Amino acid sequence: MAEITYREAVAKALEEALDADERVFIMGEDVGAYGGAYAVTKGMLEKYGPKRIRETPISESVFVGAGAGAAMAGLKPVVELMTINFSLLAIDQIVNHATKVRYMSGGQLSSPVIYRAVTGGGAGLAATHSQSLEHWYANLPGMYVVLPATPRDALGLLRQAFTMQDPVLYSEHALLYRVREEVPDEYYTIPFGAADVKRRGSDVTLVAYSRMVHIALDAAQALAERGVEAEVIDLRTIRPLDMETVYESVRKTNRVAVVEETWRTGGLAAEIAAQIQEVCFDYLDGPVARVGGEDVPQPYASNLERLSIPDADKVIRTLADVVGIGA
Amino acid sequence: MTVAPDITKTELVQLYHQMKLIRDFEEACARQYMRGRIRGFLHLYIGEEAIAVGVMSVMQPQDYVITHYRDHGHALARGMDPNAAMAELFGRATGSSKGKGGSMHLVDANVNMMGGYAIVGGQIPLGTGLALANEYSGNDSVVVCFIGDGALSEGEFHEGMNLAKIWNLPIIFFCENNLYGMGAPVSEVFAVKDIYTIAEPYGIPAIQIDGMDVLAVREAMKGVFSHVRNGGGPYFVEALAYRFRGHSMADPAEYRHKEEEAYWRERDPIPSFKAQLLADGEVTEAELDEVDVDVEATVDGAVAFAEESPEPDPSELYTDIVGGGG
Repeated sequence: MAEITYREAVAKALEEALDADERVFIMGEDVGAYGGAYAVTKGMLEKYGPKRIRETPISESVFVGAGAGAAMAGLKPVVELMTINFSLLAIDQIVNHATKVRYMSGGQLSSPVIYRAVTGGGAGLAATHSQSLEHWYANLPGMYVVLPATPRDALGLLRQAFTMQDPVLYSEHALLYRVREEVPDEYYTIPFGAADVKRRGSDVTLVAYSRMVHIALDAAQALAERGVEAEVIDLRTIRPLDMETVYESVRKTNRVAVVEETWRTGGLAAEIAAQIQEVCFDYLDGPVARVGGEDVPQPYASNLERLSIPDADKVIRTLADVVGIGA
Repeated sequence: MTVAPDITKTELVQLYHQMKLIRDFEEACARQYMRGRIRGFLHLYIGEEAIAVGVMSVMQPQDYVITHYRDHGHALARGMDPNAAMAELFGRATGSSKGKGGSMHLVDANVNMMGGYAIVGGQIPLGTGLALANEYSGNDSVVVCFIGDGALSEGEFHEGMNLAKIWNLPIIFFCENNLYGMGAPVSEVFAVKDIYTIAEPYGIPAIQIDGMDVLAVREAMKGVFSHVRNGGGPYFVEALAYRFRGHSMADPAEYRHKEEEAYWRERDPIPSFKAQLLADGEVTEAELDEVDVDVEATVDGAVAFAEESPEPDPSELYTDIVGGGG
């Protein structure tokens, strides 16, 4: 077991794929000499050369679509979108083309492209650079949406992404790159649609993904000091969703909150809450709570920004107010 | 004087055959649309057949075609089975895409017909990606990316031209300029008056050709393909043409002047090519009549095939969303 960072885990999976398969290449803004805006592809240009580590113009629509097109022709492109906010400049290519070609061609074509995009706020970048838009893409049939919270998951899920035959949005949280964890030396992958119970507990279930898994774990730690044992479920992929693991937990704990970073209104938590009550209605001892970002464009000022993003205190307050536990 | 010195009689007849097939196929589409057999939007290529046929006549099997929603002509000229095409328009299980795409999205992967794309300009990034795959793999396949004049104002066009040039990709951006983007005259909505000159600042060679003359298209494209196939990088072609029908079946095209329509109808690519062939004397009227009869049978057969084909099984609703993996 070696301890690596989240950033190193992503880079490791990329290099393994570049080493194993000539069809794999990386393209995006500043992935080359600059080493990637978040330094994930650092050193790769020197190692693999400009054919496979391709610097693109600031031209999201064409390089996102060209990734889809090259995948249609049999290559395995990894397209780095720098941040998920910039995907909006290319959303037509993702929504109308990459995720549609298989269906609209009756299965003749497919587009196994991997889109990497940094997500999340909290870095003082204000509203346009701080969004968590992954749930928009989770709304799309024909796409996988992957959000690792830990180095171990980052490595296993990205390895898995290279085996898929359709577009994958693999979204890394900007504030998780320095998280360290021991990962197994032996090769492993993590299937899509398999949530992970990150903490066992019997009193309440916290469902989360990406950075909010860590917030949920912080909240669980604080609750434990009050004698409340929270189970923390990391969804890991939000399309497909592993609801069975959630249901199993809810049937045990009878109380549940869904924690996510995006705006509460219309977020993925609303979908998860709806599914829980459809299936586990008789098991619930209280309403299904949602803990989400405040419905505001994320502000720049540090104190305001903190207020806009869920933290452990907000999770605990919501559990007390809505679910009726831990007060 | 011969029509063209370096083309065989068989090839000439084949050009006529393909143009006639597209024309008759689409006349049949219009009738079937009026009967309610074809749903949604139906955009006819009638009047522009010389382009698809001329371009495809010099393409190689390994080349890719990717296009816009007015795609029947491209699909048929590239070799899509008319039965599968008509069945697709009817929304039947035997359609080229099992009835899931319809008129605007014809795909036949067997002949590298990579599809019609109905979001204006959307095919440009995809086509650029196909060309990237060719360049990456070091093969000699060329992409023809058809766009309408309406796509020229889309950012994707300019992004695609730029990327194709800086990466020297084997792609032909082929603009079918039929003078109107839906009802908007291109001269009123695009700042560049001579469209083909838009390629110049990108350092991409460009030509303007007569899209109503199949042999002119064919001759011009020989040189264009040769340039691109031999590593010369992207090319821009503007073909001047005219759609004889409205934008779609719902459009009576009242924004166009009768004089303008008459001018272009005078230049209808099929009768004018026929006249040219007969004047040349190498092909007889009887031989072309035989083609007409043959095409009529093909089109009637395609309609009958589509009508007799079953609708997709309800289980098809949930197939082809994602493939396997892992």
